[in-house]
Amino acid sequence: MMAQEHDQASSLVDARRLRNDLRSLGQTTAPRTVAESALARVGLADWFSSVETPLGLVYFSWNDTGLSFATREDDETVFREAARTSHGRALALAEPPEWLANAARAWLAGDDQAPLSFDLARLTPFERAVLMKTREIPHGEVRPYGWIAREIGNPRAVRAVGTALAHNPTPVFIPCHRVVRSDGQLGAYSMGGQQAKRTILRAEGVNLSRLESLASGGLRYVGSVSGDYYCYPTCHGVRDLGPDDLVAFRDETSARAAGRRPCETCRPPVALLAG
Amino acid sequence: MRPNGGGQPPRLRPRDRSICASDDALAAALARDLGAGFEALAYCWQDRIYAFALRMTGSPSDAEDLAQETLVRAWSALGDYAPDRVRALQIRSWLFQIAVNLGRNRARAMSRSVSVSLEAMEDHASPDERAYRELNLARLADGDPAGNPEEALERRQRLAELAARLLALPEPHRLALTLRHIEGLTYPEIALATGLPAGTVKSHASRGAAELRRAIEREQAREAYRVETEMK
Repeated sequence: MMAQEHDQASSLVDARRLRNDLRSLGQTTAPRTVAESALARVGLADWFSSVETPLGLVYFSWNDTGLSFATREDDETVFREAARTSHGRALALAEPPEWLANAARAWLAGDDQAPLSFDLARLTPFERAVLMKTREIPHGEVRPYGWIAREIGNPRAVRAVGTALAHNPTPVFIPCHRVVRSDGQLGAYSMGGQQAKRTILRAEGVNLSRLESLASGGLRYVGSVSGDYYCYPTCHGVRDLGPDDLVAFRDETSARAAGRRPCETCRPPVALLAG
Repeated sequence: MRPNGGGQPPRLRPRDRSICASDDALAAALARDLGAGFEALAYCWQDRIYAFALRMTGSPSDAEDLAQETLVRAWSALGDYAPDRVRALQIRSWLFQIAVNLGRNRARAMSRSVSVSLEAMEDHASPDERAYRELNLARLADGDPAGNPEEALERRQRLAELAARLLALPEPHRLALTLRHIEGLTYPEIALATGLPAGTVKSHASRGAAELRRAIEREQAREAYRVETEMK
């Protein structure tokens, strides 16, 4: 082959390779945050982050309305799938805005007034009522399912309350762990079962052994020996009293018979007058 | 404004990639349900828009911003279109038009000139510059994974240098070349995306290609001379 032809041939090869190389430069994968953050910015996806809690790592998602999903989970992929199932949206990783970071931190530290908001748009009105009422149970206290039912005006819907709580999209932040059975059993807890419920209640300082021994004795309410009221055993008004300073009642009827009035803070049921 | 809750059709999951292959299918999906269609569009197009921005800016973080912003602007534009217009959208040229405009805004805002001399880069690439080239290429597909690892390394280095040389081209040439030979748009599509006549774009692309070839030939000649000198 003559020198000139050789040069032409090799420049042809180079041109082809240049073209292939240019095409290769187009085969780049974007970091997943490109699509995800764009979707979140226009409101089609939520943001998410994670936080350490007494139970372990909790992942949570939020949007302009508020917290949309949360779960105890170590695996980000599992969390993303669960969130997608719960609210149907994709997620973009982000630092929580200051209002949310502060409120979440305060809530986890036991501040009941922490200004958290929630996106419960996909729930029924009944479920929303149950969950918002649950938010009113103070840190370190528990209430029976029947209390929720009564407070939201559906005193018979005790079972439905249990089902609604099982649909809680943001456990930990909507404290369904603070709703228990009246017979001393803690009841169900979708985010890790009874063991997890015990752990988180203990971390909040709930006196589980007192609850259990009262319940096994068939005693639902307590009051201070010298007082006029009867309360749920974990009510802040009575929970720190020693056993010698407490009197216990089987039910609201016997409490009333003893001349007691229902505590206005924890609002146990009132006995109706006979006849 | 957020889409309404419950009762919506299920979102197109990112795994339904078949829709990505057809611009018409995407446009139809958008016309049917803007939210679900746009989610598909975002997942389908993020790689190519990012790649375009990366080749144009040379900066992974700028490219991320630009690509994200392109998608956000696209959504905003879609909100103003009548359904017929959405159905008739030429997704490729439309999306790149948004990206090109955003890139130009950014360049104007920064008003800095990316004038790196090719010689300086070839001969005196600092470890930082080399690392920067490496970073540009970090996301590249590895070509043939079963191939010779030496060839793969040589290919990566070659591509890294090509990416750097691209950045040294004058912006109009780099733009035309990137859209034509990297992103595979037709000249009419590039004309729409850039707002320039197709003839102008064609000449920009061929000039850019010629400049690249000259730079490669110069480097090859220099390398040959170096080898010769060492052998003496």
